[in-house]
Amino acid sequence: MRIRKQLAAAALAVASIAVGAPAALAQANEQFIPLLVYRTGQFAPLGIPWADGKQDYLKLVNARDGGVNGVKLVFEECETSYDAAKGVECYERLKGKGTGASGFDTQSTGITFAVTDKAFVDKVSVETAGYGLSQSADGTVFEWNFPLLGTYWTAADVIMQDIAKKEKGDLKGKKIALVYHDSPYGKEPIALLQKRAAAQGFELLLLPVTPPGVEQKSTWLQIRQQKPDYVLFWSAGVMTPAGIREAQATGFPREKIYAIWWAGSDHDVKDIGAGAKGYNAITLHNSAAKDKVHDELKKFVYDKGQGTGAADEIGAIAHTRGMMIAMLQVEAIRAAQEKYGKGKALTSEQVRWGFENLNLTADRLKALGFGEIMRPVKTSCSNHMGDDWARIVQWDGSKWETKSDWYQSDKSYIAPLVKEFAEKYAKDKNLKTRSCS
Amino acid sequence: MFYRENGQFKSSYRADLALFPVAQDRWAMLALAVVCFVIVPLTVSDYTFRAVLVPFLILSLAAIGLNILVGYCGQISLGTGAFMAVGAYAAYNLQVRFDGMPLLVSILGGGVCATVVGVLFGIPSLRIRGLYLAVATLAAQFFIDWFTNRVKWVTHDSPSGSVGVRTLQLLGCELNTPVQKYLLCLGFVLVFGLLAKNLVRGAIGREWMAMRDMDVAAAVIGIRPVYAKLTAFAVSSFIVGVAGALWGFVHLGAWEPAAFGIDKSFQLLFMVIIGGLGSIVGSFFGAAFIVLLPLLLNYVPHWLGLSISTATASHTEHMIFGALIVFFLIVEPHGLARLWSTARQKLRLWPFPH
Repeated sequence: MRIRKQLAAAALAVASIAVGAPAALAQANEQFIPLLVYRTGQFAPLGIPWADGKQDYLKLVNARDGGVNGVKLVFEECETSYDAAKGVECYERLKGKGTGASGFDTQSTGITFAVTDKAFVDKVSVETAGYGLSQSADGTVFEWNFPLLGTYWTAADVIMQDIAKKEKGDLKGKKIALVYHDSPYGKEPIALLQKRAAAQGFELLLLPVTPPGVEQKSTWLQIRQQKPDYVLFWSAGVMTPAGIREAQATGFPREKIYAIWWAGSDHDVKDIGAGAKGYNAITLHNSAAKDKVHDELKKFVYDKGQGTGAADEIGAIAHTRGMMIAMLQVEAIRAAQEKYGKGKALTSEQVRWGFENLNLTADRLKALGFGEIMRPVKTSCSNHMGDDWARIVQWDGSKWETKSDWYQSDKSYIAPLVKEFAEKYAKDKNLKTRSCS
Repeated sequence: MFYRENGQFKSSYRADLALFPVAQDRWAMLALAVVCFVIVPLTVSDYTFRAVLVPFLILSLAAIGLNILVGYCGQISLGTGAFMAVGAYAAYNLQVRFDGMPLLVSILGGGVCATVVGVLFGIPSLRIRGLYLAVATLAAQFFIDWFTNRVKWVTHDSPSGSVGVRTLQLLGCELNTPVQKYLLCLGFVLVFGLLAKNLVRGAIGREWMAMRDMDVAAAVIGIRPVYAKLTAFAVSSFIVGVAGALWGFVHLGAWEPAAFGIDKSFQLLFMVIIGGLGSIVGSFFGAAFIVLLPLLLNYVPHWLGLSISTATASHTEHMIFGALIVFFLIVEPHGLARLWSTARQKLRLWPFPH
């Protein structure tokens, strides 16, 4: 058959897309923010409040302050379904809009991996608050990545600290199981946990769950046989309620389960209600808190009928987290404007400087309405994570209760790992590292 | 009228066996080559290259590979994603473990590894056929999924199980721009497309088709089933493996095992069924249908200026896409390639049908 037909068809389709693609129409005083979201698929329960939170905060900034120093924030959503190939397409579609995309919050570890390489070339920052590559905290290697507020290593570290506290500091001979989504997302904490296991003398059981994780019978049967003292639960989307139900069915005490932040929001436990009583989750800084920003969101956005989601979503942990992530992005833009000109729309490269020079003091956070939700964060050339803080919350059957004080990860475990893995990454990829001194 | 063949005489066997016996076709192909190699690189945007053309070309290549197995040899396979994964991971290992490994060698090496695995999982085809074989090839999919997820050296001890490739280098120059990547993929598609086309026209292709149409009869006239079936598996998985390596290296750059999951296998199978079983050009049509149509549907609300929510848009897109698949299969069960050849037949007579 004629190959030429195929080509003609391709050329035609291509031409129609090229011609039809909406041109970047943003005016000079508009800052474009790309919103990669997943509102469909197995992770939708997690993705929807997250996406709503991000969009709501941008709407709030526009409605309350008229943008950042007068520069209006414009945004566009692109559905990824948590699929890397679709995520790459979205990234390509949005990266050049307006004056340049002001950083991508990909909402997915897989998409983060795929766009990290491209970001180096395109000079766009990738903002992965609480997820992504843990070693990307090292700004000397990962110039364009910002795992702000915490990574999976800091989360695992904090959870282990809380467990150690419950066990009066002695974990020798204890059995800790990690039940994880069998993907790069779920595997991230393993390196840190292995290190801690070797140092503290506890036994680490690794129990992978095949995505999407609706079928976990065999995993929890194993837990019943092996009787671990605690279970760390690295789950997301539909896997979380399924896992809690299995724990309930096998009679594993929910008080002994510690979930990562992505598995610790209202939608994960609400339907199970009392059955999930005692279920612990870690929060990104203090995302379970309510503060001025929630009232303002209601006043400026929801009361005017501009809200993205349902009004009762305000204050849900996942929604608040979305707002925190959007807030960091907006503050990066603000910081960059200080350097490159107030009231000007910035390029992607200029916004990166803002991400790297974030300095959110307690006063500043209070003014933004995040005083209760976050502690001060400061990033630098070498430290792209800023300051990780976390707390443990517990579901009491109808709402989350904050159970612990503020924790910070133990840098004696984290720092060498970050260094080691960042160096390996640079070596595997033949990357040139930059100097921060 | 467009296809007036009057005066085009074939005076030698060579001319009779030409790939494009009609002069108009030859000119059209030449024009197409000029468009692809010269005009497109000069005119098209980066977005179109990276998000449309490169995935389209790579998946077309994979669909050609699968079409050889399913369309020409009649062996249904649900393990295409797995063979792509083997190609990608093997190429990655060749690159990361041997310093200075040339890009072409690692990509072709990925294809070779996929060939070995493909032949191995093709062995059951000697005893079972049809749907049962499809289930057997499903084993390849699950095994490779497990293998790439669990065995650490496959991912070069990457703690998270995801891998990323270095900057691509070809003959000493770096492939950074979308145009270069597009041309690389186009080169692969051109070479393998011609290769596949000539293979299926040759003796071996006839053996495959005989095997597909009736294997007992084929065996009676002296075609060895072992040879015919296993070569189909070998050629098919080689091409699929190369496509997998390109998908990982050129399109994604970094990937996790989920990138080559069972979804990919189904996607490719749909491509060859919708495009046309047993047709090389059909592979391109199928790939275009599966890759480009969702994108077009995705853009429609933007063009119309509708502001519907992302979720609604995404659900509608799926529904319309599904409906179109059903529509095309009802209108032309033999695939888009048959639609094209019917159109061509009509063009030959136009405007004076008998």
